[in-house]
Amino acid sequence: MQYATNQYEGMIAETIVIPGHNGDPIGAYVARPLGPGPFPAIVVIHHMPGWDEWYREVTRKFAHHGYIAISPNLYHRAGHGIPEDIAVQVRATGGVPDDQVVGDVAGALAYAVAQPTCTGKVAVFGTCSGARHAYLAACRAPGFAAIINCWGGRVTMEPQELSPNQPVAPVDYTKDLTCPVLGIFGEEDSGPTVAQVALLEQALIAHGKTYEFHMYPDAGHGFFYYDRPAYRQAQAMAGWKNIWAFLAKYVG
Amino acid sequence: MCTMIATQIKVAGSGKAGNGWFTLGEANVSYDHPFEAPFEHALSLDFVNEALGPSARVSVELDVASARQLVDTINAILAKADRGGYIVE
Repeated sequence: MQYATNQYEGMIAETIVIPGHNGDPIGAYVARPLGPGPFPAIVVIHHMPGWDEWYREVTRKFAHHGYIAISPNLYHRAGHGIPEDIAVQVRATGGVPDDQVVGDVAGALAYAVAQPTCTGKVAVFGTCSGARHAYLAACRAPGFAAIINCWGGRVTMEPQELSPNQPVAPVDYTKDLTCPVLGIFGEEDSGPTVAQVALLEQALIAHGKTYEFHMYPDAGHGFFYYDRPAYRQAQAMAGWKNIWAFLAKYVG
Repeated sequence: MCTMIATQIKVAGSGKAGNGWFTLGEANVSYDHPFEAPFEHALSLDFVNEALGPSARVSVELDVASARQLVDTINAILAKADRGGYIVE
């Protein structure tokens, strides 16, 4: 939503605790507009580098644009410390288990729809492994109104990439998808490659799913990250514009 | 993409973090997105002691050429030390 300089805008942003997978308490960072709304919502799934400052900022960005945004800490059970130290621990164990992620994301979805200021429409957003998790959770935890997949790698997976923590490729759940998918990808990304994105697209077409893909030239993995050499200003601005338009169309 | 290429080994020795030396317990070796190095992927070495908590960590992130040269250099140094009779295992 476009704001005007003479409009009131307020936001509350704080960490809370929600029940996740198996009812386990996990931390979550929530940013929501003040006022009765009602507002649509979005679950914001952090990337492999962790539940970090970039994800605090993007959660608040969604609230600034009129969404109840909740970012669950998928690494909560690994312990606590600076986000990078925790991410190192999780990386060493092969990543968090997919079943656990689905449960935690479902917990965040349940929190969002339960808010009296929520319209009941909830999108899910992720970058990198967060995008993979967003796709997985949207297929396995029905109730989302839209998925935003920013350069999610390993949505399609070769058999040798499967592991005890990630035993099934998310693309294999495509038949259970019940909401449209926005894909934001960079042509120079080594994962997902252009070919891998094409495989995902084929699966969506085969199952008659609604999707909208954007493949940006001169951009690689993580081109929204202003704090990394991967940042591409023009492509990132175009990507965000597509995200707002997609959300307005399917979520509000 | 997140490669999920990572292995942990037990190690014996000491590492120096920002607040001083600590006893090492494990080394995590991975090839994945770095936190700091300006590459899309890096060979990361995280020397940790999980029993002391996540802040007990000494990390480096290397490009592939540096990582390969490091492996060769480590092996060369160990071989030289062995020839000199300095290694007793």
